[in-house]
Amino acid sequence: MAHIQVPEGVPGIRSLVMFRPETGKPLYELAQVLLRGESTLSEAERELIAAYVSQRNETQFCLMSHAAASRALYGEDKAIVDSVLADVSTAPISEKLKALLHIAGKVQILGKEVTPRDVEAAREQGATDREIHDTVLIAAAFSLFNRYVDGLASWTPNDPAAYEEMGKRMAEKGYVQPAPVQQ
Amino acid sequence: MPYIPLPEHLPGITGLLEYRQDTAAPIRELTQILLRGPSTLTEAERELIATVVSNRNECRFCTAAHTAAASVLMGEADTASQVKRDIEAAPVSEKMKALLTIAAQVQVNGKNVTEASIKRARENGATDLEIHDTVLIAALFCLYNRYVDGLATVTPDNPDFYIALGGRLKQHGYNRLKQGYDHLKQSTLHK
Repeated sequence: MAHIQVPEGVPGIRSLVMFRPETGKPLYELAQVLLRGESTLSEAERELIAAYVSQRNETQFCLMSHAAASRALYGEDKAIVDSVLADVSTAPISEKLKALLHIAGKVQILGKEVTPRDVEAAREQGATDREIHDTVLIAAAFSLFNRYVDGLASWTPNDPAAYEEMGKRMAEKGYVQPAPVQQ
Repeated sequence: MPYIPLPEHLPGITGLLEYRQDTAAPIRELTQILLRGPSTLTEAERELIATVVSNRNECRFCTAAHTAAASVLMGEADTASQVKRDIEAAPVSEKMKALLTIAAQVQVNGKNVTEASIKRARENGATDLEIHDTVLIAALFCLYNRYVDGLATVTPDNPDFYIALGGRLKQHGYNRLKQGYDHLKQSTLHK
């Protein structure tokens, strides 16, 4: 049971933005611009950063949904997602993405944890200012989303098929705010 | 030195919000609604939530900025300084103590919010919307604090910088200034 009266049977953040659509609008816009806007990081990579941070925050809803979105976006290479979530160091991804995930992991703990050495390591693998900026902001944004979803104890479905469906929708349609509850 | 090139006259969050304005727009809009929009919590009370969370995330820039904003809104600096030290001993209402406790739990992790702390807030008159906004303000500052420190933005040492910033936050809120921020190039407070 959620801590506040949100629409029943609606999972995670969707129930919260239906409760308060005014704040839901900029939250969905932020997710859309960060995860779907123009970037030299692929949508699949950005969803992977989101899933990785959510895993570290132990937010099951965000982990399952963003992992599913990343799998849908990786298509044939979807196994990458589970190998990253199991162990970044041995995952079949670029050294640049490993360095960026390392920075995201530091941000998940606290902003101060990111060191000049972490940033230098990402640059050595070709990461740009903008990619470093976006990685930090995606990790910071999921530090928000995870706390919002868990802090109000919103509903987390258990059925993996529900997330697969969600992931496909997120991959195809991006972040579209659900319609508010009709009073 | 910030990890990415940011305008020198805009330390802390402001330089980041100018660096990428398309991500800044929804962040600013969200903050304006939560901290300045219609609410049964006062603007000062909402600034206190931001202050407590930023302090616990050890983000010096945000802590100083929101301490200043809360203090200028309340006309005294004692309350903002006390909530950082000890929520229970601070001169705020029982409802605010309960909400600040929830915010402090959110700062650690969303899962740390307990049924007991929600119950206490309700027993002291907190509404669903107040509980919602408290959680979302606390979560939002977990974003800001990580954004500001994760890119190593500059934290000015001059206390007058934060007094000026607090005044700006009281007067203009969180929307981007229409004229932009070039006029601050003349200021020496950030140096």
